[in-house]
Amino acid sequence: VRTQRYIAGKILQALLTLLFILTFNFFLFRILPGDPIAVLTKTQGVELSAEQQEELAIDLGLREPLPQQFVGYLGDTFRGDLGLSTLVDPGESVTSVFFRDVPKTLMLVGTSTIASVAIGIVLGIYGGWRRGRAVDMSSMTGSLFLYSMPEFVLGILLLLLFTKYLHLFPSGGYKSVTGDLSGVAYVADVVNHMFLPWLTLTLAYVGEYYLVMRSSLLDVLGEEYITLARAKGLREKFVLRRHAVRNALLPTVTLVALSFGFVLGGAITVELVFSYPGVGKLSLDALRKQDYPVLQGTFLFFSMAVLIANLIADIIYGYFDPRVRVTR
Amino acid sequence: MKTEDPRVSDGSPVASTAAPPSARSITWKRRRIATARFWNQFRRNKMGMIGLAILILFGAVAIYSLFADTSALSKTAVTEQSIAPCTFRDLPCAPNGKNIFGTDADGRSVLALVIHGSRMSLLVGLMASVITMVIGAFVGIVSGYVGRATDSVLMRLSDFMLVIPWLALAAILATIIGQNVWVIIGIIGFTSWPGAARLIRAQTLSVKERLYIERSRALGASAWHVISRHILPNVMPVIMANMILTVAIAILSESALSFLGLGDPLRVTWGTVIDEAFSRGATSIGAWWWLLAPSFCIVAVVLAFTLVGYALDEIINPRIRER
Repeated sequence: VRTQRYIAGKILQALLTLLFILTFNFFLFRILPGDPIAVLTKTQGVELSAEQQEELAIDLGLREPLPQQFVGYLGDTFRGDLGLSTLVDPGESVTSVFFRDVPKTLMLVGTSTIASVAIGIVLGIYGGWRRGRAVDMSSMTGSLFLYSMPEFVLGILLLLLFTKYLHLFPSGGYKSVTGDLSGVAYVADVVNHMFLPWLTLTLAYVGEYYLVMRSSLLDVLGEEYITLARAKGLREKFVLRRHAVRNALLPTVTLVALSFGFVLGGAITVELVFSYPGVGKLSLDALRKQDYPVLQGTFLFFSMAVLIANLIADIIYGYFDPRVRVTR
Repeated sequence: MKTEDPRVSDGSPVASTAAPPSARSITWKRRRIATARFWNQFRRNKMGMIGLAILILFGAVAIYSLFADTSALSKTAVTEQSIAPCTFRDLPCAPNGKNIFGTDADGRSVLALVIHGSRMSLLVGLMASVITMVIGAFVGIVSGYVGRATDSVLMRLSDFMLVIPWLALAAILATIIGQNVWVIIGIIGFTSWPGAARLIRAQTLSVKERLYIERSRALGASAWHVISRHILPNVMPVIMANMILTVAIAILSESALSFLGLGDPLRVTWGTVIDEAFSRGATSIGAWWWLLAPSFCIVAVVLAFTLVGYALDEIINPRIRER
């Protein structure tokens, strides 16, 4: 019951934050420069008289009082209606643009996060357990180095090395422009294109997870119950697996969730480097072309993604650490 | 940093026949001792010293750039002599005896760009992290000390700020307010405080429970007095260590914003150099030197701040000292 209550509380908090986000998103885009009517008429290539423009404004609800507009916006958003794209994909609904691009980003960010978390945790456990040995020292140096390097710099370096000099991978995009591939060939083509951005994102965050896992394990290894477990004569591997690693994993879980926003931010720059047509690239296009409906949508997507990642981390935390269920 | 000298920690002057020393001289003496002890510990940290050395080097470069000739940044000042042995035809020019880091596509020396870029990159990093820590310290201390509803409201606010995708927000704000270096400093500072606020709140909560706070309050001290005289000095080391680490993140943030083309178009930073190189096709023509020097500088400085930050953290937080 306590776990359920804890989770319900977390979900309630997340909903509150969601409301915050929607409010913020609504007002942020009301203060952006540019008249929506002017943008709309320009993109559709039609001339409108002053009266027609006024009519259109009323039609679109732009003359309603702000609170009413806000309620309308909330309703539309919950129904999945995010408006029409003005300049990125004129006339297309934002939702359909999203259905095209979001899966690509999720695939990229999802698989690379799983890879970097897994590698970071495994190496971190080993490094912390065998502190000061060659493996630890070299992973430590590598991690600090990767942590200090912006994602896009890493991406550019990999692009230079693998594409410009070794000619191993395509320079960017999602799939080959020419040729209609299907089946296995299509998948291979997509994977071939995704490999470099994937490698960039994976390497860029492995260092961070390594450092946190390692120091968290070192903290736990200093605890008295570890000494007790060893004193009981348990095998070292058993102590590590059953006593140390389990507790050391928790801070890492939180970090993974908290850094998810940064990973998505990193995905924006990496998608730019490899011209990978995901949400990051979409939001940059929208920003450059001042396509506000699309921009508003991407902003909502990024916030929601981080919010959900945090909620999942909170729930995992609740299951594994009984203490948090009591406090707060 | 703040270590208690046993003789003066309870406020009573050292027993002696001479007139008791003034409170101020005791404080200064205590600070001198603490600083010396701190330096002694820091000096023994190899990683921290490496970081410090890199920082001093880049600091010197930034100061030098204040007096250096800015005409090196001007595209119109490029002459055939300045790019020799290359010609205007084969720009960007690969590293050679004259331009040891090569030139960009306009014939400007990459070395000069990187030297002048160091000033703005460091300035943005430092200023943004000062703003971050001032807001973070304010929110954290108020939240931790006052507690109750204030705490809940401030923590919800920071939850919300943590969820906002900072790069997307920064990009939008830069478009609205304008691409100016001060705006960028402000954006990075105002979007990255929640992490610091939580850390400082936690520290405040633990300091708040100590007995001397209770004593001070029993003697009738105001909230302001307790915060400024007792809480802040005790939280300060955490703030400083965190600030150093935040500088590293702020420099990374600035470079990402600049790379997206949202930097100040009138100033040169390492990020804007990379942005220009990339958007003018340095990767496809293989002009690695144009990209390598600014990238190296970012990595070196961020690494240096991180190493120094970790070293400070270890000294302040004895629990992790043996890492």
